[in-house]
Amino acid sequence: MSSFPWLTTMGVVPLVGSALVATLPKERSAAAKKIALTFSVATFGVAALMATQFKKGGSRFQFTESHQWIKAFNINYGLGVDGIALVLILMTTVLMPVVMLAAWNDADEAQADGRRSVRAYFALYLLLETMMIGVFAATDLFLFYVFFEAMLIPMYFLIGGFGGPQRSYAAVKFLLYSLFGGLFMLAALIGLYVASGKHLGTGTFDFNTLANAVASGQLGISPGLSKALFLGFFVAFAVKAPLFPFHTWLPDAAAEATPGSAVLLVGVLDKVGTFGMLRYCLELFPGASKFFTPMVIGMAIVGTLYGALLAIGQTDIKRLIAYTSISHFGLITLGVFAMTSAGQSGASLYMVNHGLSTGALFIVAGFLISRRGSQLIDDYGGVNKVAPKLAGVFLIAGLSSLALPGLSSFVSEFLVLVGTFERYKAVAIVATCAIILAALYVLWLYQRTMTGPLKAGLEGMKDLRAREVVAVAPLIALIIGLGFYPKPILDVVNPSVKTTLQHVQKQDPAPALNAQTSEKVDSK
Amino acid sequence: MESLIWLVPGLPLFGAAILLLGGKRTNAWGHLLGCLAALGSFALAAGLFFTMLGKHGAARSMHQHLYSWVPVPGTGQHPFQADVAFQLDQLSVVFILLITGVGSLIHIYSIGYMSHDPERRKFFSYLNLFLAAMLILVLADNYLLLYVGWEGVGLASYLLIGFWQAKPSAAAAAKKAFVVNRVGDVGLSIAIMLMFVTFGSFNFGTVFGTAGGASKGTLTAIGIMLLLAACGKSAQFPLQSWLGDAMEGPTPVSALIHAATMVTAGVYLIVRSHAIFDLSPTARLLVTIVGAITLLFGAIVGCAKDDIKKSLAGSTMSQIGYMILAAGLGPIGYAFAIMHLVTHGFFKAGLFLGAGSVMHGMDDEVNMRHYGGLRKYMPITFGTFFLGYLAIIGCPPFSGFYSKDKIIEAAFSKGGTSGWILGGAALLGALITAFYMTRMVIMTFFGEKRWVPDAEGHEPHPHESPLSMGLPMLLLAVGSVAAGFLFSMNSAFVNWLEPVTGPRAEGKLPGGLNSTTLSIITLAAVAVGVAIAVVKYGTGKVPAVAPRGSFITVAARKDLYGDAFNEAALMRPGQYLTRTLVYTDNRGVDGAINGLAALVGGTSGRLRRLQTGFVRSYALSMFGGAAALVAAILFAKL
Repeated sequence: MSSFPWLTTMGVVPLVGSALVATLPKERSAAAKKIALTFSVATFGVAALMATQFKKGGSRFQFTESHQWIKAFNINYGLGVDGIALVLILMTTVLMPVVMLAAWNDADEAQADGRRSVRAYFALYLLLETMMIGVFAATDLFLFYVFFEAMLIPMYFLIGGFGGPQRSYAAVKFLLYSLFGGLFMLAALIGLYVASGKHLGTGTFDFNTLANAVASGQLGISPGLSKALFLGFFVAFAVKAPLFPFHTWLPDAAAEATPGSAVLLVGVLDKVGTFGMLRYCLELFPGASKFFTPMVIGMAIVGTLYGALLAIGQTDIKRLIAYTSISHFGLITLGVFAMTSAGQSGASLYMVNHGLSTGALFIVAGFLISRRGSQLIDDYGGVNKVAPKLAGVFLIAGLSSLALPGLSSFVSEFLVLVGTFERYKAVAIVATCAIILAALYVLWLYQRTMTGPLKAGLEGMKDLRAREVVAVAPLIALIIGLGFYPKPILDVVNPSVKTTLQHVQKQDPAPALNAQTSEKVDSK
Repeated sequence: MESLIWLVPGLPLFGAAILLLGGKRTNAWGHLLGCLAALGSFALAAGLFFTMLGKHGAARSMHQHLYSWVPVPGTGQHPFQADVAFQLDQLSVVFILLITGVGSLIHIYSIGYMSHDPERRKFFSYLNLFLAAMLILVLADNYLLLYVGWEGVGLASYLLIGFWQAKPSAAAAAKKAFVVNRVGDVGLSIAIMLMFVTFGSFNFGTVFGTAGGASKGTLTAIGIMLLLAACGKSAQFPLQSWLGDAMEGPTPVSALIHAATMVTAGVYLIVRSHAIFDLSPTARLLVTIVGAITLLFGAIVGCAKDDIKKSLAGSTMSQIGYMILAAGLGPIGYAFAIMHLVTHGFFKAGLFLGAGSVMHGMDDEVNMRHYGGLRKYMPITFGTFFLGYLAIIGCPPFSGFYSKDKIIEAAFSKGGTSGWILGGAALLGALITAFYMTRMVIMTFFGEKRWVPDAEGHEPHPHESPLSMGLPMLLLAVGSVAAGFLFSMNSAFVNWLEPVTGPRAEGKLPGGLNSTTLSIITLAAVAVGVAIAVVKYGTGKVPAVAPRGSFITVAARKDLYGDAFNEAALMRPGQYLTRTLVYTDNRGVDGAINGLAALVGGTSGRLRRLQTGFVRSYALSMFGGAAALVAAILFAKL
């Protein structure tokens, strides 16, 4: 089974589903939904099976595939996953069926209007899934870039075709920002290719070759060029993540997209930014990464507080959730650039947990909004009285967003904070204060929407339907389960982080007491 | 027995899970399951206690490792490793007995108290959740797992304060409690981080074992951060403002969480971390200052409130101030802090349950000015309440006499000016305690009826509460009467804790004082307090509407302006900040980037077009342009 092309299979399954759904007649929207769901569940099945084959102590990249693609430029169709990519792919394949179930009726209105069709909505979801798997699985930088840009297309149509009243504006803004960032990466990519040609004889886009050559000193890019190339990649990832001050497209996009698309946008697509920083920025340009660390840490800490403060001030539920994510992306970036095991393992785990908790939050917010037709917080109040299950799930998702100990995001957030504290005490202390702001934005949102007297017009609001319960239950189960037992993910992620830190040539700082004693030993 | 430790928090956790997942199907028997889980946990705790009694010295400490929780091996020799593991020693066994014992009684009491509430099952699930979290808090063998329990009790407290969340005041109070506690959590987080970078671990064993090697500055910093955490959870100055509002919760919650157990977690944290505080006199001094300020603060607030629960809340704050003060005194005070914690757990829970019983009989009236003469109508409630009263004011031989007297004595024997000041504050606190408690008893149970008919004109018909409520009150009253005496026999309690808190240092009383004279002085202060209250409230008529009062009374009614300060110093500026940021984010940051885009695009006309319908073609052409650029660069370079 070792040579079985797991990753290609996993990418092809949703692609086939997408084609199948797209060719259905427009009227058969019910069938389109069911077929799409079946294919997304099947994709998860493949991912889960593959995960059982992953060897914890094995080589870094597993399930590798490599086929020549464009010979002239030594571009390969190269796939493979390390621990971090594996868990992100798993998260993606878990979220997809959940999102489909939750978004079951989201496109009905667009079809009734005659604007768009339900089959297109679900076909785009499956197409997006292929792209998202590809972007995490690519080990060839050119292939990564292709997926990185190509996944914009289905997302662009999902926002622009099925979103709220300002959808066109939001979709274009999203696309322009991403293309803008992508161009920088493209330039840097070509620069890296040329440099690799100069130093290694033949130019290559293969990540493993490049990273090992950088680590061994074979690929001695000059510091100036290295910094420029780092920035090229970093800008693309900072826009994608998004990091302050490149964030302004996200609230618009998330607020205008359907809740399901918002989950995929914030939960998965944006993770490519932080994933890219951790894998590509750090390992390909270790010197430049260290040089720019103060700048990045600065952006991250500002973003952490800024996003949280902005979230408190929002009047629109989905914009509020989008701003909380900007705060969380700040923390993830902090963990990545703290260059400690705790920070980076925490950041990797955080990417998964954030997908689950923000996914749950957007989904439940979507349930709420679909019942009343308004995204404004002020239009709600006392929902707990008529829809206690909905309110309960909303609270759990919210508590996970504020990183309540016992829920999954606590472990990752605390690791990030500790990992940061090991090197930058003041920064970590300031970041820790964000947990107060998190309590404010989550609980104030809950208080205004779910408690108090029932707002007029909400009397007949229905509680969660069976479909909705099935959609959100896996997320809640994972949020609680991974809070008490995050070990399976950490065990897979830790070796990858270790390799990254070795490539960057950073050691975890020793505890003060051990350092003292070892100094004493030295002086003797 | 050791392998069963996990079931102590496990049983109530299962109870909570079944009741929450089972939903309405469990409505019929949910409350019984809740009680059963609590009682089962208590039985286990008792079993473990007797197992412990059968052993001696260090062998008494038990340990159970469940699983590896957060493993990050790291690059060097210093992994980040947190486990789910429990430690049951002489200190934690006291807590699990208190928590499950008082917890079971309050579960039973709640059957009657909540019998008319349609959400009773949910109430019991939250109570179970609370027990589980509180037990994890005191059983954890490392600070990170303790943090889970710490926040878990905060969550349960949030859910239970806001149990009647259709009331906006209840929902607001719940949020306030959580947010203020989060300020304390920042302290706990930073303390744990400091431990990790100092000791490479946050396990009790490693931290306490190697604390001696750390610098004084680090230990003081850790101590102060732990104190901040304790201030949040235990409603100590300056994070006291949430406790009064927390009385919005059902009364059994006030008794269990906001009097007997959760709010004392700060005391546990400090005594548990004594190895750190032992080494940092500065941190200890700060602890005593916080304790002394709060014990007076709470007592003054307790004097001015007409709401019986809010007055008791002020009293709780004050009594915990005593415990914090004792804990801050170091080796001469640790054991007495815990002893007062336990006796307070009995008498304050009893007093709250008595208050709940009164409210139950008086159609949920909480204003003491509308009570009066209730002793004839509610003899059991009155009797148990009165025993709790004697205990809290420190009347011998009731339990508060033993535990509080020792704290006052320890404060004086700290020595020096600070000893006089702290001792004086504790003594003054005893006087004020006697005053407000006497006031409460007189206004509620004595004098003439000042009952007020409800909105529909029905006169209240006070009646004794059912047996399920009466029995817990009686049992707690037994504790209020006897616990102090039993604990003090042959210094049983102090000796029991000695393996954990270290040998008790004997302080020396200053200025010719000795134990006996100090006891007499304390009793005199108590008598003065009682006398003032009797003169003021017992001899004349209590007005049904509160008189304006002196400026101190006015200030105390407003919790000494704690909320006003928070609002002016934190909330308002915070609101302005977020509003300004929202404005600039929409106009400024976004505008700047849009402007930049327009500049790069050459004309702002294109940007306008972008927003007026040609968007798709524009975007696609840009995408096409990017693709062309890829090709161009690739070919140009090669």
